[in-house]
Formats: sequence, structure tokens, C-alpha cells
Amino acid sequence: MDYERLLCATGPYEGEILRTSDRKHPHKIAWFQCVGSRRVTPGDNSYCSAVCCTYTQKQVISTKDHVTDAECTVFHNDIRSHGKDFESFFQRTEKLPGIRFLRSYASIVGEDPESKNVIVRYATPDEGVIEEEFDMVVLSVGLNPPADYESLAAKFGIDLNSHGFCKAIPANPMETTRSGIFVSGAFQGPMDIPESVFSASGAGSQCGELLDYRRWKLDTERKYPPEKDVSRKEARIGVFVCHCGANIGRVVDVPSVVEYCKTLDNVVHAQEQLFSCATDSASSITEAIKEKNLNRVVVAACSPRTLEPLFRDTLREGGINQYYFEMANIREHCSWVHSREKEDATEKAKDITRMSIARACLLDPLQEIDLPVNKSALVVGGGIAGMTCALSIANQGHEVHLLEKDTDLGGMARKIHYTLDGMDVQTHLGDLVRTVYQHPAVHVYTDSTITEATGYVGNFLTRVKSERGVSEIKHGVTVIAVGAEAYKPTEYLHGEDDRVMTGLELEDRIIKGEEGLIGAQSLVMIQCVGCRQEDRNYCARICCNQSIKNALKLKKINPQMDIYILFRDIRTYGFAEDYYREASDNDVKFIRFKPDDKPQVEAAQAEDRPVLRVAVSDPILGQKLAIDADYISLAAAVIPPEGNKEIAQLFKVTLGPDDFFKEAHVKLRPVEFGTEGVFLCGTAQYPKHIPETINQSYGAASRALTLLSHDTVTVSGSICEVKENDCVSCGACITACTYGAIEFRETQQGRKAWVNPVLCKGDGLCNAKCPTNAIYLKHFTDEELLCQIDAACLDEEIKA
Amino acid sequence: MCSGRVDLEFILRAFSNGTDGVFIGGCRLNECNYITHGNYGALSNVLIFKKIMEHIGLNPDRLRIEFMSSGDGLLLADITNDFCKQVEEIGPLGKTEGINRKILKFKLEAVSKLIPYVKLVEREKLRVPFQSEEAYNNFFASEKVNRLFNELILDKLAVSQIVLLLREKPLSTGEMSEMLGLNPSEVSRHMNSSSRHGLVRYDNSQKRYALR
Repeated sequence: MDYERLLCATGPYEGEILRTSDRKHPHKIAWFQCVGSRRVTPGDNSYCSAVCCTYTQKQVISTKDHVTDAECTVFHNDIRSHGKDFESFFQRTEKLPGIRFLRSYASIVGEDPESKNVIVRYATPDEGVIEEEFDMVVLSVGLNPPADYESLAAKFGIDLNSHGFCKAIPANPMETTRSGIFVSGAFQGPMDIPESVFSASGAGSQCGELLDYRRWKLDTERKYPPEKDVSRKEARIGVFVCHCGANIGRVVDVPSVVEYCKTLDNVVHAQEQLFSCATDSASSITEAIKEKNLNRVVVAACSPRTLEPLFRDTLREGGINQYYFEMANIREHCSWVHSREKEDATEKAKDITRMSIARACLLDPLQEIDLPVNKSALVVGGGIAGMTCALSIANQGHEVHLLEKDTDLGGMARKIHYTLDGMDVQTHLGDLVRTVYQHPAVHVYTDSTITEATGYVGNFLTRVKSERGVSEIKHGVTVIAVGAEAYKPTEYLHGEDDRVMTGLELEDRIIKGEEGLIGAQSLVMIQCVGCRQEDRNYCARICCNQSIKNALKLKKINPQMDIYILFRDIRTYGFAEDYYREASDNDVKFIRFKPDDKPQVEAAQAEDRPVLRVAVSDPILGQKLAIDADYISLAAAVIPPEGNKEIAQLFKVTLGPDDFFKEAHVKLRPVEFGTEGVFLCGTAQYPKHIPETINQSYGAASRALTLLSHDTVTVSGSICEVKENDCVSCGACITACTYGAIEFRETQQGRKAWVNPVLCKGDGLCNAKCPTNAIYLKHFTDEELLCQIDAACLDEEIKA
Repeated sequence: MCSGRVDLEFILRAFSNGTDGVFIGGCRLNECNYITHGNYGALSNVLIFKKIMEHIGLNPDRLRIEFMSSGDGLLLADITNDFCKQVEEIGPLGKTEGINRKILKFKLEAVSKLIPYVKLVEREKLRVPFQSEEAYNNFFASEKVNRLFNELILDKLAVSQIVLLLREKPLSTGEMSEMLGLNPSEVSRHMNSSSRHGLVRYDNSQKRYALR
């Protein structure tokens, strides 16, 4: 955390990495992973904090960003890249020049009195014990429960677990031991941002279930002053240049940008602001609009992605159309990337702002459309995710149509019997299925296939064939919860030899009490089968827990059995680390292998019995081991279903590179799609454990409610329109629009293209295809963009 | 707004303003933020514009498109630095290529007139059947597309430039070929066909071509 502050522009040295002791630039930096975590020594945490591996990688990348030739060394245990896209993030970090990842415990010997450098001792298999000097050492400390957790728990009357986090039940990790009190985020246990976000939404949904009868009772409608028509007036622009604390002001000479703006045509007011987004700054913008009679506003600050809605609102407060607003990004596009070239950065900030001012002159007032919202939901997928989400939506007073492609509800959970933390999956599933069928507002369609999906946010129309026959479902929101599948390995004799099975198959055979298996002398589990490799470059997240859970189960039934787990990294993040330790204590043998030296399996004859002989190189012993196994269990990857592509096309949503569904933002919008009104939960997004799925499913329900609970939705004013006089009916725009937003309509001048404003998403692809510029994207018209291009280049001399 | 919204006209305008290099950044291919895969449209426009640049004697390396995600900040920085370096090495627009300003202006104006037509040709003849960067590059580098491009676009572009030149004053084939940097036999061919179409006439007294 200290290092994070060092890297930060608002940190102690304004983003420069310096040693506190002598203000020198460290060049050689080491990170120690798992400090205070994954240990049972007093004062340490026995669990894994789950986030440190990746935050260290982020810091390494950031360091290389600050100091190109920095040498970074990470001393680590297992690399736990179990999050979505984390595997490739790790690979990217590893490939940077001057980066070493060393699997070794390291300790600090002392400080060199002269250089003030830190001497670190560590061991490598090749070179033995080494001492090396580093300019700086960063300790990757884990997450603790909040400081006053005991008094917090006492105040609210909730129970804690042995680690001091909130005691949670796997079937509903947001529920505390006291009804009506919910828990979200890392107080459930160590977790990353997306889990925090969706568990917060999820807890919100559960509150919604309790409080739905009071929804909108405390609400008062916001009143804006009437909008002035300034469309025929000459542009009077106000420019507000933001310091963003030190983020911009430290690099860009903000006052000189302000002065420069005052010299530009149509600018009647320019001022600087410390934080333009602060409430008082926003009100000073509103004041300026009124006092100086401004009819256009330019804010030179950060990316419009986060704050544009806020500033647009400010314009409405000032009584002018919100589309008279333009943002110049002088932070991400300027100060953050040019921290070492202050003068040039100031010039660039002027250029960027000038371009925005030029565009602002041409902006048109636009109106947004309010559409009615159909109050029911469609949930695609009847597994734990789909059912949990459907119930939470239904409990808040909305009809839910739940589609399942199989004959029975349940999905993958039907094959899972127990979890590492002792959840009885079948009982939970049985209860869930029963509640779903008994709920008057949930309509289940089994054996279903979707034949057509049309419509848009608030007004979808989906045609479904199911055991109910052909149905036409109208719904306001869609939730994709189609789940994932298990990879069927072709590796390690799977499918050829009955003694080789996947983790799921092993679980099934344990539950059935198969005698040969339970009485076996030895069993080998091989991890990472079918993933963390080129064609499936991700970690399937659940398999380490699954193998350890099966190993513990078998050890309990037959303590004599020799169990080996061959792994690359054990990823029992969070509290599951305790079970990893328990397995180890119960004599389950863990042997690491490298991806370029995978285990070999062949059928062989031992002295007393036929066996499967597993050959594996042990990197610690440095020699090849041969293990005679009676059975082999493969931790087969979790893979996206074949049908994902079709579902994605039907509902106009996107898939990531691994063919899992791609959320709108991996951290901040983990249950939403870019496509409005469509939400996502469960393993359709990425492999995850059942409690995580339940968190996310409530989260998706909560986000769906934000639409369903309203009577109308607002559609952006930045959409396309056709100048009928210029349209030559060539249809180029129609073929370009995958949203199907454009069609021909008969007019008095013949057949002309027409844009359905509700379906248009404002991508503007059609504009670039139209030979006569007849179709135009409002707010991003040719004129607006061309004048910006013109304003980019000041030098009349070089204009051709 | 999608990278596919970047109109051929925008690129042209930037060069007409004397910009030495134009960079277009789009989302990673096959990871569309919308569902349109409009970044392929941007790629196609870039490949088309590069061909046009080559034809009018501008270094096509002055135009570059790259695809990256919002998480690829470092990549963007690397590519931007690389591109800036590359453009600096190429030097000022036109000067490096030995085209004087007036002629460059003619050429770019000729391109501008042709853009609506290029869009039509793109739609009718230059759609790439497969969506991969390789397929696009191969398609636009293929013999077949080159021939099509020459016949449908570049010939028209040459004529368009010639007509703009002749608007100033009558010129001989030799003069035109020198000014535009075109092969004299090419110019003759265009003049023959343009005469036939009644676009230009040969003024026997001046021994030069003039507009009708």
C-alpha cells in the first residue's frame, strides 16, 4: 500500500518513485509475496489474501512505466492468477525486460550501511543460497479484517469466523447470522474489486427483497430550470480547466491554458478549478452559465467516461441543453502520459482544449427519448445462477421467465455434491428448484431453445420453443446465466482407460461408493488439464479446490490411500488455503510440474497389480519420479459452452477472447453488458465457485431492478438520422448496421433509409459507409469532427 | 462512436491540413465494444487510403491503424512513440516525397472528389469475406484487388487530377505527367479516353489538352 502511494501522482513524491530515507531513485526493486499470509505462525494469517499476486504484477508494470530500465524481482510462492484475464496479465508482466519471477522464500539479512541498500537472502534450485542487494523491497502484505471487527460484530450482533471476517454461509454469502443484516465486499473474506462490486449489488438486491413495498416512497422528483433555446444564438463558450488536485496541475501549466483559452474566438469565460467535479465547482459552472449567459461549456479535465453525465447535469441546472457540453481530456491524454515533458504537455493541453472549443461551437441541442419499460425479466439458464437471480427479481414484484435448455433445472450443480467448505449442494439445489417452481411469478420453460430475440432495453421480444410449445415473451431486461461446461480431456488416456477420469467423474464415483476406487492404494490427480495453455489461456479457477476437496473426502474414507496432486500452482485463494494445508497435513502429496514438462501416463504392470504409471519431474528433488497409480483424476478445464456465440448474437452482446461473455467493465461493471438492459451472472462470465456465483446472481438481479423498477428508460440523444434529400437509397447504411436499426421507408420522395432511434447505438459505422453523407450521427457529425481536425492544425503555412 | 466512424474524408482532411502522420486507434479486432465489428471497417478504410496515398506519391507509412483494448495503455504509449519516430524520420508531408505544395493540393482535392465513389466501390467490390487482420491484409495485397483498384479507382483518380490541372490552363501530356508524377503513357491513355468521353479536347494550335 505504501508503494502504491509512491506510484500515485498524488503520493508523497508526486508520482516519482523515491526512497524515503535518502530520496534516491531505486533501480533494483524486489517484491516479497505472501507476507503475513498463508502462514500459521502467531500474528500471521493462515488464509491467502487472493489479491496480492495480481496487485504486485500491476505494481511491476507501473514501475516499468515510471522507470523503463528498472529491474524488478518478485519472490513468490504459487502465482495465483485465478481472476478473469489474470493469466494473460501475468504473462505480460513476466515478459517485460528486466523482470524476474523467482519461486523462493526470501529473507532480509540487513542493510548495507553505505548504500542503504537491502540485502536479501534467497535460494534457487540451481545456485543454492544467494545474497543479493536491492535498492528497495516491497512487502506484499495481505488483507486483514477491519481493525475494530470485534466491536463492529458486537454492535450489529453478527458472528465472525475464526479469521475475524464475517461468518458467512456458502449458500448465501451475503447473509449474516442476524437476519436483515447483510455483508458485501471483503468483509466476506479477501476478494478482488469485481467480487466486491457484485456482492455489494447483491446485498442491495436482498435489501430490495425486504423493502420493495416501500420503493419510491422517499423519492422526490428533481426539478430543472426550463431549457433556454439558444440554437440560433452565437456560441458563447465557458471553459473550465481542472487541476485535478495535482494530477493535471503538476504537469500542465493550468493558468496559462486558461489565459490561452481567453484568446480564442467565442470564448467569453475561462477559469481554473481545483477539482471541477466537486460539488461547489459544479455549482460555480452553473452560476457562470447564468451570469455570463453561456450557451456552451467546455471542461478540460479527465476522460468523459466517468464524469460527462455529471457535467451534463450541471448544464441542465444552468438551463441549457445538456448536449452543449464538451470535455477535453487533458489528464489521461496529456498530464498522465507526459509527466516528464511539462512544457510540451502544456502546449498539448492547449491543443486539445482548442479542438474541443472548436467542436463546441457546432454542437446541437439534442433531446433524449423516454421509453416505457416492460416490467418482466427473461433469465436464460436455469442453473444456480439463473435460479438465484430469477428468484431475487421475482421477490421484488416482477414476473420472471426462466429458460433452461435441458429437461431439468440445475445445470452443472446437478453433478456437484459437496464443496470444500462443506456445503450440501444437492440439498441447496433441491430447495432452490422447489422454490422456483412454487413461486407464482417465476415461469419455467424447460427443453427450451430461443428462436428469435429482438427489441431493445425495456422492450425485448424473445421467441422460445419449449415443452410449453412456442412462446413469445415480452420482457424489459435479459439476464444471461447460461453457465459453463466441463472440458472432456483427450490427454492422459482419458476416454481410453476407465481408470482415468475427470474431477467431476471422480466425485460421482466417490458418491456412488465405487468399491475399487475407494479401496484403491493410490490415486494421482493432475491439475490444469486443458487450460493455462495456448488454446485456452486462462485459469479455470475452481479445479484446485475441487481436487483438494476430493482428496480430503477420499482420505476421510480411506486414510491409507496414497494421493498425489500434480500441480503447476495451487490456487486455493481466500479461506480455502486452510484446506490445502489440511490436505498436506493429511499426507496428500503435492508435486509441482512445469508446463513444458508435463507428467506422462502409461498403463503398466507393477509387481502385484496393473497400474497407471505416472512419470513426473520433481523440480525440488530435481529428478524424475514414477508413481504407480490405480486411478487418475484430471482437473479438466471449465470451458464456455458451444452455444455462447449464438446467444451472443441473439442478444447482441459480446464474448471475450476465451469465448466467455464479456462484461461492460471487468472491475466496475461486472454483471452488465455494453448492450443496455442485458445482464450477466454465474460461470457464463468466467469459472467461479458456487458462493461467488450466488453473490453475482443477486448482483445481476440488483442491476436488473434498477431498470425494472422504473416506468421509463432514457435513450441517448446521440443517434443517427437521415437527411432524406441526400439519401440515394443505396442501402450501404442498412448493411453496415448489425443492430438492424436502419430500414427503408416509403416517403414522398420515394424509398429512403430511416433510423429507428431506439435501436441505434450511436456507433456511426453507417456514416463512414454512406456515399452521400446523408446519414449522420448526432453529436458526432462530419462538421463537428472535421472542425476538430482543422483545429488540431494551426499552422496555415503547411496547409495544402 | 466507433473507429469505423472514421471517414475517409477525416483522414484526407488531416493530410490536407498538412499533418505529417495520421494514427487511428480501434478496439482489438473481434472484441467489438458494439456488435458491429466496425473496426474492420476502419481497417478496410485505412488499407484503401494507403493505396490511394501510394498512387498520389505519398508515403503510405504516414497512416497507421492499431487495435488495442482499454487495458493496453502501455501498448498505446509504445506504438505512439514508435509512430512519432517513424513519421519524424519520414519528414514533412509532400516535401520528402518531392511533391510541391500546389500539386499536392491538386492531388488531395482530386481524392476528395472521389471519396463518395470510393465508398460505392468499397461496398460493391472490396468487401473482405473473412474477418481477420490477415485476411484483410492479404485481400488488399492480392493481385485481383490491385487490378480492380487500378481499374475502378486509380484510373478515375488520375483523370480527376488531370481535370483539376487543366482547369488552370491547357497542358501537354509531358507537362501533366511531370507535374503529377505519372507515367507519360498512362497520361496519354487517360487523355485518349477522356477525349472520347468528351471531357477534354486537344488544342492543335497550342499542342496541348484543354477542358471542353
